[in-house]
Amino acid sequence: MSDIGYVRTEMLGQLPPPGNTVGIVGWMRSNLFSSVSNTILTLIAAAFVVNLLFSMIPWIFLGVWNADSLSHCREIFDAKYGDGREYACWAVVRDRWDQIIFGYSFGNLNEGLYWRPILGVLLIFVSITPILFPNTSRWLYVATFATLFLYPWLIWGGALAGPVTAALIFIAGYFAFRALAKAMLPSFALGATIVLLAVAFLYLQAPISSVIAAILPIELQPVASREISGFVLSITIGVVAIVVSLPIAILLALGRQSDLLIVNKLSTGFIEIIRGVPLITLIFVATVLLKYFLPSSFDLDPVLAVMILVTLFTAAYIAEVIRGGLAALSKGQKEAADSLGLNYWQAQRLIILPQALKISIPGIVSNFISVFKDTTLVSIVALNDPLGISDSIRSNSDWNGIVWELYGFIALVFWIFCFGMSRYSLYLERKLRTDHR
Amino acid sequence: MSDQSAPPKEQFQLSMLIYDARYRGITIQIFVLLLVMSGLFWLASNAVTNLAALGKPIRFDFLGDTAGYDINQRLVEYSSQSTHARATFVGLLNTLLVAFMGCAAATILGVVGGVLRLSNNWLVSRMVALYVEIFRNVPVLLWIFVCMFTFTALAPQPRAFRGENPEASMYLWDSVAFTNRGIYMPEPLFSRPLGNIDVGIFLVSLELLVVLALLIGGIIFARKNNARAARIQDETGDRPSTGLVNAAAILLPSIIALIAMGFYLGKPALAGFNFKGGINMSASLIGLWLGLTLYTTTYIIEAVRSGIQAVNKGQSEAAAALGLRPGRTMNLVILPQAMRIIIPQLISQYLNLTKNSSLAVAIGYMDLVSTLGGITLNQTGREMEAILLLMAIYLTISLSISVGMNWYNNRVKLVER
Repeated sequence: MSDIGYVRTEMLGQLPPPGNTVGIVGWMRSNLFSSVSNTILTLIAAAFVVNLLFSMIPWIFLGVWNADSLSHCREIFDAKYGDGREYACWAVVRDRWDQIIFGYSFGNLNEGLYWRPILGVLLIFVSITPILFPNTSRWLYVATFATLFLYPWLIWGGALAGPVTAALIFIAGYFAFRALAKAMLPSFALGATIVLLAVAFLYLQAPISSVIAAILPIELQPVASREISGFVLSITIGVVAIVVSLPIAILLALGRQSDLLIVNKLSTGFIEIIRGVPLITLIFVATVLLKYFLPSSFDLDPVLAVMILVTLFTAAYIAEVIRGGLAALSKGQKEAADSLGLNYWQAQRLIILPQALKISIPGIVSNFISVFKDTTLVSIVALNDPLGISDSIRSNSDWNGIVWELYGFIALVFWIFCFGMSRYSLYLERKLRTDHR
Repeated sequence: MSDQSAPPKEQFQLSMLIYDARYRGITIQIFVLLLVMSGLFWLASNAVTNLAALGKPIRFDFLGDTAGYDINQRLVEYSSQSTHARATFVGLLNTLLVAFMGCAAATILGVVGGVLRLSNNWLVSRMVALYVEIFRNVPVLLWIFVCMFTFTALAPQPRAFRGENPEASMYLWDSVAFTNRGIYMPEPLFSRPLGNIDVGIFLVSLELLVVLALLIGGIIFARKNNARAARIQDETGDRPSTGLVNAAAILLPSIIALIAMGFYLGKPALAGFNFKGGINMSASLIGLWLGLTLYTTTYIIEAVRSGIQAVNKGQSEAAAALGLRPGRTMNLVILPQAMRIIIPQLISQYLNLTKNSSLAVAIGYMDLVSTLGGITLNQTGREMEAILLLMAIYLTISLSISVGMNWYNNRVKLVER
């Protein structure tokens, strides 16, 4: 028999890992206290966070929501806590909610009109769904097209015939372009279509819209541009700038990449001049100078003028983003398109732009975020965006001296919009990434 | 399709301007040029007609008139008797001042924040991430207002410093005062001054020139000394010590010069309702500076983070394999490569900060927009001239920054073959 006393025939089970490397202790050791310097950093940061929370949380959550004025708020604080400290007087947000969100036009004056901006924003959400999530039904693009005409109608009011006529003329223009493009070069067809559209708007709009007005006698109470205010103003300027700037930006980017010297220089000059000056100077141009540059018969109201200049500003920035996307494409794509016999516009439409725009989407979205934040600048030229309204609320004796609550609320609303957009852009970036990392 | 048997004659026909790809480009360009020119001409002729109807043709002579308003924050001599051109110049310097201060502070905070964002300390990296997400998604104008209001609400009023038992006290041996009108700091003064040179538009202090010249001389000497040390090291293997000599060469001459000129610090002191003397940073400058810095820092943090993350992981692994410690890996291997990605983004953030400094007009800091585009415009009624001049100046600043930064970028970027 064998002399071997003991032979293990089966494997021993694994020992559990040391207690200080697993669970919450292990996590804290590796993520918070892995070295002396890390421990010091953690302690400093923790002290900072605790300090901040202790000073902020009571102020925020012990605040008052029901009061008529700041002094009323203070009376409530004295009666409730009696410690002489200040707490948030959120009552101002409750009291002036309508004014901050809807402004004067839809707000205090005409409470019955709230549904218009609300419906407008809902329409915008519906219309961007097919763009945001490509697997949804393509029929939603009809809603996108309709929103282009319905949103301005909901905000500015007037007869429904106006937007319907404009939409019809544009649809007719599209079919005219399809027909013309078969007969001549696409660039000439485009030029001819633009001329046709201009003629149609000059001479046919009035008769057509009167016919439609007879069939569809729906009219909304008109709202003057200078009365649009609050977040409705911010959203309207932002949406108009975003929608209108995209096609201009694509043309500018193509112009800047073009081989045609004059087109190239003109596009480059425009982009560089707009990008070289601060937005506030362009807003000054809109409110002060634009009336000189137009015939004196034009009655341009400040909101519309600001929209035009903000749109041009956004277009210049987005053009640079798209140019980056165009430059990132390999030269082979254009050469392949050429060798297939595609002409310039066919190559751009079918080969180049789909790829370039896909690369530039994150940059475009971040520009949209910027333009939405930049709409606050209009408060400097005395338009009533939320910041302008916060000034006028403070100038009321009831709420004189209230600062943090108003700015905090406005900041929160902006933050929700912008953070949402930036998360969406990150999601897109991940989805569109085709390399392997 | 052309007829194969008879090659087309090379003769120019008018239709070739449209149907021949060689000439179509020219047609399109001429057409576009005509369109743009006529558009511009239309705008310009409207402007001329409208301005003529108002009786104010475009002239820039208003810049020579007396401005008649005060500017509390200024880097060069200015009084309400100075001209509008002078006020514009003061505003320009103020714009450049806040832009410079903001860029410097945002760069330092942004690089530190970007490195902390990638730290393996969970709490710190999350805090930086939270800071970035909060500050980046809210308009900068709102941050400027918040900073301004915070500063004026928290800092004591000047009168709190008065009396037997003042509520507030100055810091750093009674030399710096934080008040809600601004920060007052000591200024360098000389008991045996050398005077100033007038260079036409502003005075340059000779003392500053002397000290600067001595410092630059010292630095040149130190570089020569280092080069000599390197040469000796190449030849003999031993490097002579240079640190002490260099430090002495740079510092000693300026210190001797300062003592010889009788250097002392002029402290601000309470006089009447406010502090007098010393260097004053007005509350609006501080609010603007803080707001711009806190906002722009978030973008620089993201630039630094993305730049560092873009460096291939193999680089840090190779550095670790060579035995470099984490700190040296960062300094010697990762940052030099990350800089190439970071710098272009940094340039555009500097440009953005400079342009955003125009929001000064919202809180009353007398920058270029508040002087030329604000009070001067309102007093003289010269909208066209003032705003065009304003845009031209900003365009020049932007173009100079981007030219300078691109030059630097070209110097540090990888030479590709």
